[in-house]
Amino acid sequence: MRKRTLLPDLALPALVLIAFAIGPYVYSNELMLFNFVMFLALAQGLNIVYGFTGYLPFGYVGFYGAGAYGFALAVMHLHAPPLVALAAGGAAALVLAVVLLPLLRLSGAYFAIASLAAAQAVYEVVSNPALENVTKGPYGVSLSAVFAPRFSYDVGLGVLAFAFLLVVWLRNSRFGLALQAIRDDPVSAGMAGVSVVRGRTIAWLLSALVAGLVGATFAWHISVFYPDTAFDLGVSIFATVFVLFGGATTLTGPLLGVLILYGVYNAIGITVPQYFQFIYGALIVGLVLFLPNGLVSLLTTRGIRVP
Amino acid sequence: MLIGAIVAGVVFGLYFTLVGLGLNLVFGVMRIVNLAHGDFVMLGGYAAWWLLSAFGIHPLVAAVIVLVVFVALGMPLYYLIVPQLQRARDSEMLSLILFFGLSQMIEAVATIFLGTTERSLPGRVLGIGPIIVLGARLPKPWVFSAAVSAVAVAAVYVYLYRTRLGTLTRAVMVSRDEALATGIDVHRVSAIAFGISLALAGIAGVFAPFMLGSITPDIGVGLNITAFAVIVVGTLGNPLGTVVGGIVYGVSLMLMQTYFSSWANLLPNLLLIAVLLVRPEGLFGRQVRRA
Repeated sequence: MRKRTLLPDLALPALVLIAFAIGPYVYSNELMLFNFVMFLALAQGLNIVYGFTGYLPFGYVGFYGAGAYGFALAVMHLHAPPLVALAAGGAAALVLAVVLLPLLRLSGAYFAIASLAAAQAVYEVVSNPALENVTKGPYGVSLSAVFAPRFSYDVGLGVLAFAFLLVVWLRNSRFGLALQAIRDDPVSAGMAGVSVVRGRTIAWLLSALVAGLVGATFAWHISVFYPDTAFDLGVSIFATVFVLFGGATTLTGPLLGVLILYGVYNAIGITVPQYFQFIYGALIVGLVLFLPNGLVSLLTTRGIRVP
Repeated sequence: MLIGAIVAGVVFGLYFTLVGLGLNLVFGVMRIVNLAHGDFVMLGGYAAWWLLSAFGIHPLVAAVIVLVVFVALGMPLYYLIVPQLQRARDSEMLSLILFFGLSQMIEAVATIFLGTTERSLPGRVLGIGPIIVLGARLPKPWVFSAAVSAVAVAAVYVYLYRTRLGTLTRAVMVSRDEALATGIDVHRVSAIAFGISLALAGIAGVFAPFMLGSITPDIGVGLNITAFAVIVVGTLGNPLGTVVGGIVYGVSLMLMQTYFSSWANLLPNLLLIAVLLVRPEGLFGRQVRRA
């Protein structure tokens, strides 16, 4: 057997990170670059749970929103410095993930819908006018005191690096292999001595942590936002489509998905988002029917290993 | 006040039975989740709005037109999507993603052609003034919609239990493979069920402008969660179970609105999660857990 090397798995993320680190110096639309970084990280975060455990949380945006509001609450009420608040955002997402752990007892479709309902429930709580004193309700939060676009952009790159590393680790470790065994056949994996519950729990928490950190970085970078933006279902949809389009369980798949689809989106989709929504919908339908394993499956089914 | 809320809840819940009924039928027969169900409700609502404002057609007549059009729409749609989908390994999971895509397409098209303006219909079309039942003041359109729902449930019941095609449909519900083996044309039965399901969604949509106050192209996702909550609370594959689910939902919603009004929107979400976690097998009649 050919010895597998970590090199391509590490080189690809490194290239992407370098490109986006140089990005702001050569391209002026920093917000767009930031959105790319954000979706690259979110897609890998979703990849952790969907690609390696087979659970598809439609309500993934719930963790993102929890992270954004964890950050905002820490800044507003505790006057925490941004990096501490970032940790608070990650922690908020983790707490939500722990609360939602029982959802993992549900299978496929039920899990997806229950997680969507959970994200909606969190949104209803956060945006509730009755909690205006705590979360500012539907009126949104303003964090201009900590506004630091360049620094938060770099922190976003750090979060992206973290997400990349997690996926590289899962793809090259016993634990990642165990997760894929659980995904393909939980009973057999359990019989072979793999701890099914532990594996799924860890993947779920890591995935939520990534989304929470991304959400917190988003809150910091953008500094003024509303519950509608932090819990926008579109975030879940985008991340899901990017992962499906490229192909889950790989590093390349979600990466390609973001670069191609989000690139096209920014090129044409801004003025009338509905055209893009339509194309996205059609892409999802077409992919599920004809290419359920994504773009990279064109290569992997021919025996070519993709990072 | 308590009795009033309960009566209003039953009436309101009957309407949501109609919203969930078609989703339940498709899930029972095809084992797929039509996440675009709420978008067909939305389309039915726009059809009613258009027919009334452009031609002055009464919503009851509109409901009949929608019934015919949506059945005619649903059957080709079935053949276009579902057989190919069911060849996949995990078709139940993939159906969720696929119909989510379809839902996005419908919402986009509706937004492009209809705009995001809220559309509503004057309630007086369905009668003026409230009806008072046990001290509850019920708007006439509510009673009207609930009555139509009751008729629809009865019709589905008669179809499933009193016709030959219905017997075949129930056979497919119990076991698709055995139905195939006994020579039942599963695709034909499923296509008809799919058409009926869309028609039920459309009819629910006709009354949506009255029950929900107004409609916009993006009401689909929220309606889906509600519909799913309703059929999860009720029993799968049994129209009477959906009635129970709808009424439980309606009554708890009205109680929430009466006593904790600002938190009422949380209800369908929490109800869904709670039922899925606490009693999934009993209410579904099938295994939904693993691990």
